[in-house]
Amino acid sequence: MQQSTPSPEPIVSLRDVQKSFGPLRVLDGVSFAVERGEVLAMIGRSGSGKSTALRCIDRFEKVDGGEIVVCGHRVDRPDVDLRALRQDVGIVFQSYNLFPHLTIEQNITLAPCAVKGMATSQAKDLARKVLAQVGLEEKLLAYPEQLSGGQQQRAAIARSLAMQPKVMLFDEVTSALDPELTAEVLRVIEQLAADGMTMVMVTHEMGFAKGIADRIVFMHRGKVHETGPASILTSPTTPELTQFVGTGNLKS
Amino acid sequence: MSLQLDFPAVLERWPSLLGGAALTLELAFFATVLGALFGTLAAVGRSSQSSLIAGACKVYVESIRNTPLLVQIFLVYFGLASLGLKLSAFTVAVAALTINVGAYTAEIMRAGFEAIPRGQIEAAEGLALSRLQIYWHIILLPAIEKVYPALTSQFVLLMLASSVCSQISAEELTAVANYIQSDTYRAFEAYIIVAVLYIALSLVMRAGFWGLGLVLFPRRRRLGTPL
Repeated sequence: MQQSTPSPEPIVSLRDVQKSFGPLRVLDGVSFAVERGEVLAMIGRSGSGKSTALRCIDRFEKVDGGEIVVCGHRVDRPDVDLRALRQDVGIVFQSYNLFPHLTIEQNITLAPCAVKGMATSQAKDLARKVLAQVGLEEKLLAYPEQLSGGQQQRAAIARSLAMQPKVMLFDEVTSALDPELTAEVLRVIEQLAADGMTMVMVTHEMGFAKGIADRIVFMHRGKVHETGPASILTSPTTPELTQFVGTGNLKS
Repeated sequence: MSLQLDFPAVLERWPSLLGGAALTLELAFFATVLGALFGTLAAVGRSSQSSLIAGACKVYVESIRNTPLLVQIFLVYFGLASLGLKLSAFTVAVAALTINVGAYTAEIMRAGFEAIPRGQIEAAEGLALSRLQIYWHIILLPAIEKVYPALTSQFVLLMLASSVCSQISAEELTAVANYIQSDTYRAFEAYIIVAVLYIALSLVMRAGFWGLGLVLFPRRRRLGTPL
């Protein structure tokens, strides 16, 4: 199933994905694809289904219908190898979710050692490398609570990077941060994009999405309402996106 | 009325008193270690996806928490005997105390497990850790740290409750006191001394748990903050 050679198939593809929470239809036929090296930003109002769609990619939500293929894994199937899928996919959450009882180094080395069987010394080198990538080398031995929110989020990104994922998912990773801390996290994500990482992000930072995304998916009522290059943010075609970007979202 | 206390009459039996105290501590040690293991497994079992395992753990916890310890001890003692198993009073006492404290530990650990934020588990799942690895690396120690004071109290209580093991002639501290008072007719003195010894044993156990905490929770040792 897993291919290491570059393939023409998209890294992530969703086709007609359906998902309901009880009577509430959250995803109503969502389709989009992400090519290798592409950055896709999902935007939309709260409750439009963008976070749910993102979580379906890593199977934190099971879909009711449709097809999801991620790095060759059929995520919509009940027999999908979850651990293989999650070695290919990195996910970063709004609330960082660093493990509070472990140092930053231990947070990062845990999964490479436990999941991939990496030797401790090699994992420690890796931890230093990924922390340098997010500008936190000096925090190796600190505990999460000793870090600011922005630093914690960058450490969480480093932790995901240490698993060398083929695609990274970002679920509103700056929503809990003030503008200054948001900026430092966004700089890290920009660098990842420049390095060619395939990324799917749910974000409320319109200016950032416009600057970094190869493609925008605007979600509205569980559907992909409008999609296209970042320019759709400045010249939207649907009245809903016009209203959404017009409500003061497109600043900075 | 005059109260005349004759402590030397009891204290001259210090070798048996010390022996009893040592046995009580030994009982408490084994029952604590085994009960912690047993209770943690039962707490994990209660959240099992298999309703059979979850149900069995629930029945165990509830039946133990709603019957007296002395009755449980007799059930193990006479139960094993009627099955033809000849075990020492010490072994029976450890078994009964383990079963008993395991049920209370299960409830305390369950509270600890439930206090782990869902996001911690999602983050671990997102890193491709297995269920067992998540329990071992992510859930277990923070859960224990959150309920550590309650666990400490429970195990000290267990040590104190082990005094009822005198009923099956385990030669622990209270049994020694019973023996001394029937021999010397110095009941009040004997139980005062034994009470003081129990206080000393409690302090020893609390110190032990404090030291264990330093080893288990290095973050707390370094930062001094609760999780």
